[in-house]
Amino acid sequence: MSMPLSQKLFLYVLLTVAAILVFAPALLALLMSFMPSEQILTGTIIPDSLTLDHYRKAFERFPLMSYLLNSLIVSLLITAGQLLLSSLAAYAFVFLEFKGRDTLFFLFIATMMIPFEASIIPNFQTIRDLNFLNTYTGLSLPFFAMAFGTFLLRQNFKQIPKELKEASEIAGIGDLKFYLTVVLPVAKTSLVTLGVYGFLSAWNMYLWPLLATTDDSVRTVQIGLKQLQSQEQLNEWGVIMAGGIIVVLPTLILLFLGQKKLQKGLTEGALK
Amino acid sequence: MSEAAVSIQSEAAELIGKAKRKRRIQNTVKGLLFLLPSIILFSVFLFYPMIRTVYLSFFLTNTSGMPTVFVGFDNFINIFTSPLFQDSLKTTFLFVLYTVPGTILVSLFLAVLANEKLRGIGLFRTIFSSTMGISVAAASVFWMFLFHPTMGWLNQFLSVFGVEAIGWLTDPKWALFSVALSTIWMNIGFTFLILLGGLQSIDSYLYESADIDGAGYFYKLRRITVPMLSPTLFFVVTVTLINAFQTFGQVDMLTRGGPQNETSVIVYSIYRDAFVNYQYGTASAQAVVLFILILLLTLLQFKWGERKVHYQ
Repeated sequence: MSMPLSQKLFLYVLLTVAAILVFAPALLALLMSFMPSEQILTGTIIPDSLTLDHYRKAFERFPLMSYLLNSLIVSLLITAGQLLLSSLAAYAFVFLEFKGRDTLFFLFIATMMIPFEASIIPNFQTIRDLNFLNTYTGLSLPFFAMAFGTFLLRQNFKQIPKELKEASEIAGIGDLKFYLTVVLPVAKTSLVTLGVYGFLSAWNMYLWPLLATTDDSVRTVQIGLKQLQSQEQLNEWGVIMAGGIIVVLPTLILLFLGQKKLQKGLTEGALK
Repeated sequence: MSEAAVSIQSEAAELIGKAKRKRRIQNTVKGLLFLLPSIILFSVFLFYPMIRTVYLSFFLTNTSGMPTVFVGFDNFINIFTSPLFQDSLKTTFLFVLYTVPGTILVSLFLAVLANEKLRGIGLFRTIFSSTMGISVAAASVFWMFLFHPTMGWLNQFLSVFGVEAIGWLTDPKWALFSVALSTIWMNIGFTFLILLGGLQSIDSYLYESADIDGAGYFYKLRRITVPMLSPTLFFVVTVTLINAFQTFGQVDMLTRGGPQNETSVIVYSIYRDAFVNYQYGTASAQAVVLFILILLLTLLQFKWGERKVHYQ
């Protein structure tokens, strides 16, 4: 399949223009975070000198370090919880046959139709009444159970031959052991995909952390950025952008590393 | 002898039956144990809150959200006669109308472009999917500057052509469009990635035989790519639609529902009523409306989609 040169060139031009347009907002933020304030105010696009001042200020004025740590802890908790609960549920749906399984599976599908946003009021009250406000538990627990993750892993577990399960039963290997020693290692790729996706979504969460934190103790970096933005409106754009860059750096790195797997995994989960 | 054989047989059958029943019970117990953590959490954080929301929507509440007086459908009557909520619904639908087709068209264009087998295409794919790693909060901060009335790039760009500066976020005529524009950008990454995956799973044999028949680029796009991609498109449209109805973060960061409530989408309106004005009853009524909207849309999409979508 070879393409005429002119067509190739045309495609590259289109691709480059599209890439510049898509990347411009992030690139602009990156430039501004290193640009001296005077140059930002005069509308410079390419700075003639670079400075780390904005980053220093962002860390000095805001407990950004502890916000980052909070986000990391919460995201890791959510990721781990989702992986554990989804894989357990998927195992039951694939390898255990029992009455009422299809009904339960339908129940899992039904959860996808309930938007979390429509149930935040009672959820807030639950977390408040359990004294989970301003705790890592309150921030992460509501997101452990995940229908999408269960479906994704179910598709993957289905590819494990049934004979393997039968053989292990004859050999007297219990379900828990089979789950731990056979199913999980075989499904490693899917677990990684789901993990990356779960971490990205958890790190980027906005509404729930806004409601479930009322002080700085466990506040996540997203809400920290909102604070930074609302308190630094007076021409301190460099500091705000430095904050923004710090927030997106971990997820962008993760995305770049896991993009191929994520694309494959998500497409499979979406379509089968 | 035959009697003995029969009795042995029936004994064996009984034993097997017993063992089977025992296994079935065992499996049920095990199955429930494996599913229990998910079921408990779904019940506590999804099913119960949904029922509770419906319940609260029929009550007046005190400031901590405890129901005090049963008022029947008053909350619903109140929200549907309030111009604020009517505007909020209108805003939400308008927002959906801006963002869903916008997201799908841009992402589809990028995905088709990035599906070409060219050297260095990986870099472009990475860039196109990058907005998936950018949070709503960060994206809002980036766009806030782009929208800045004097320093922002958008107005600077317009001024080159002598176009008067636009109050992207401050002009009631433009604010919703601006929030939608930034939302489309935020959506691109995920939608692109899924669509690209869908494109790559199309059998290349189809294109080869079309090539032999001398089919042109757009003919192939219309006759092969779009039909074969329809399950993926269907999924992506559903997800984008539901997400659009749940939009909150960018509104809270960029406009706080303003100017003149022009960007107060339904989730923002729920948030403000519940957690700023402590009107949990009317907020719950709005949440019920949101729930019904999303439920209807999902069901409608499934019914409509099943007929139209071409599955392999």
